[in-house]
Amino acid sequence: MAKVQGVVVINEERCKGCDLCVVACPTNVLQLQSMEVNDRGYHFASMVNPEECIGCASCALVCPDGCIEVYRAVNK
Amino acid sequence: MDKHEIIKEENRVYKRPKLLTDNIMHYCPGCSHGVVHKLVAEVIEELGLEEKTIGIAPVGCAVFAYNYIDIDWIEAAHGRAPAIASAVKRLMPDKMVFTYQGDGDLAAIGTCESIHAANRGENIVIIFINNGIYGMTGGQMAPTTLEGMKTSTTPYGRRADLNGYPLKISPLFALLDGTCYVTRQSVHTPANTRKTKAALKQAFQNAMNGLGTSVVEVVSTCNSGWKMTPAQSNKWMEENMLEHYPLGDIKNTVKK
Amino acid sequence: MKGNEAIAHAAIRYGADGYFGYPITPQSEVLETLEELMPWETTGMVVLQAESEVAAINMVYGGAACGKAVFTSSSSPGVSLKQEGISYIAAGELPALIINVMRGGPGLGTIQPSQADYFQTTKGGGHGDYRLITLAPSSVQEMADFVGLGFDLAFKYRTPSIILADGIVGQMMEKVVLPPQRPRRTDEEIARQCPWAVTGKPASRKRNVMTTLELEPAAMEVINNRLQEKYKLIEENEVRYQTYDTDDAEYLIVAFGSIARICQKAIEEAREQGIKIGLLRPITLWPFPKDEIDRLSHKVKGILVVEINAGQMIEDVRLSCHDRIPVYHFGRLGGMIPDPQEVLDAFFNHFPEANKQ
Repeated sequence: MAKVQGVVVINEERCKGCDLCVVACPTNVLQLQSMEVNDRGYHFASMVNPEECIGCASCALVCPDGCIEVYRAVNK
Repeated sequence: MDKHEIIKEENRVYKRPKLLTDNIMHYCPGCSHGVVHKLVAEVIEELGLEEKTIGIAPVGCAVFAYNYIDIDWIEAAHGRAPAIASAVKRLMPDKMVFTYQGDGDLAAIGTCESIHAANRGENIVIIFINNGIYGMTGGQMAPTTLEGMKTSTTPYGRRADLNGYPLKISPLFALLDGTCYVTRQSVHTPANTRKTKAALKQAFQNAMNGLGTSVVEVVSTCNSGWKMTPAQSNKWMEENMLEHYPLGDIKNTVKK
Repeated sequence: MKGNEAIAHAAIRYGADGYFGYPITPQSEVLETLEELMPWETTGMVVLQAESEVAAINMVYGGAACGKAVFTSSSSPGVSLKQEGISYIAAGELPALIINVMRGGPGLGTIQPSQADYFQTTKGGGHGDYRLITLAPSSVQEMADFVGLGFDLAFKYRTPSIILADGIVGQMMEKVVLPPQRPRRTDEEIARQCPWAVTGKPASRKRNVMTTLELEPAAMEVINNRLQEKYKLIEENEVRYQTYDTDDAEYLIVAFGSIARICQKAIEEAREQGIKIGLLRPITLWPFPKDEIDRLSHKVKGILVVEINAGQMIEDVRLSCHDRIPVYHFGRLGGMIPDPQEVLDAFFNHFPEANKQ
């Protein structure tokens, strides 16, 4: 069965770790880094369950800092 | 399927709009301003108005909006953006002119300018960020602060008998013959963000079609001012702000 | 025609792009005349009655930021309201023209003429370190002429200029020769003349941002220093004044605006009695003709400064002549206008020795 597979690319340096993308994600793909921080000291977001991503772009839509690019392909 | 196979131009479903500059926004993490900036940039791009659009920035947190959207801007004195926009649009009627204002800027010090610009039916868009607080100056009471809401100038909560009532200014705009479109939206969920973008797009089209003033209120959060996390702020907004400031079109005289 | 009407006609003929005003006596004829002439049908000039003086001046700020030739007019209480916007226009280094047809104050005051806004206008008026090129007309002809001059200087230096007229010149009717009609500048001409103008960003240039905000102190100091250097340049190059009978004068009267004409009459009467008084009329109140007053202060025995206020320009006169000679003030207040005899009486009161010669 064809499965939609998404990938989000996060601009880690732009990210302020606000967590809104994490909350918005319907499939719990994203988490804030618990230890690692970017140059400005923020725990940036990253994909922890990449296989669950459906490329819906909800995360990118609510991201206040325009950090997220979203790609989607159908896995045949 | 490997992620490198997916990350290709043809598979891209979302990208930061080109008009949003590389400058990292000075807003606090989770601030609604960033989302609205992004939507404004997207709408300008999608309507092909990059060379025509002139933004009028407010005094408030969005004072530096001109650093983030790559168009021509004028930074207004506190509350005066609609007066400036009126002049710019009248002097250059083929341009797309919008103001971007907070609740203090639009609904307190600039009430006179905003109401009269709308009443003249200036062909401009007024984007109104309503987060119920003065963000930049450190969380003082705004005209739209809810009753009971604690701010640095209402430390025990806003009291109507002392401070008056939370101002519902968008319905006031809707009463004016000069407005063609008054809507109240939010950006706290993906669905609401999409609706806000559609509202902004209609507002920009109204202005370019000379239909009168469009007002897009965006009920927003100020997590620093509210002293909550961004996610908590969204929840608090949904549970408290939206009751007093319900979402949806308040006036739309433009038939699609 | 009236001085106020002359302003309206002259502005249209200059090729002004926009006027934004609010009614207030004694200058309402500017807006009334413009609305009657409907220049939007002829030159394309925008005329808008704003909701307040505050809105009007901010419309001027917006229009000026677009590189347009825009102006506003008001009278004293209204000009007080405009100070916020004037400060922004000065800070933004924008060309704009403001007209103040002064009435008596303080407060709501009177609708009768006054010159009591001298301090406000020549020392800044709003917040921050800035100056306004201040032109003081004494006739209806000058009301018309200073519109073009005011705009030209504003664009030359990218700074606001102001016509500081008293209610007399605004309401007085005289013959006037209006300038020929000039076309308004095209968008291309504006883009060439004002590359900083906010016009919508073409792909070919970086975005133009008109802002007066700079939070970095070192950068803000640079901006302030640039303004001060510009003001120095204006002080060096744009002083304007007129003198009458100063060559052989033993005493000097300094007066501006319509009051200078009353003083001229007083001087003529004094000369009939053999008393040699000269007159210096500053045309630019800022930059102030301090060098000429300094020069004359070496020749004359004393100076009488006549203004319809409680003594404002006298401070600049004293500074100009370094208190080398006695400097006195004579003025009427509350909208009262002195006649030539009162001026002479005041002169002899302060300089009794002049009568004994």
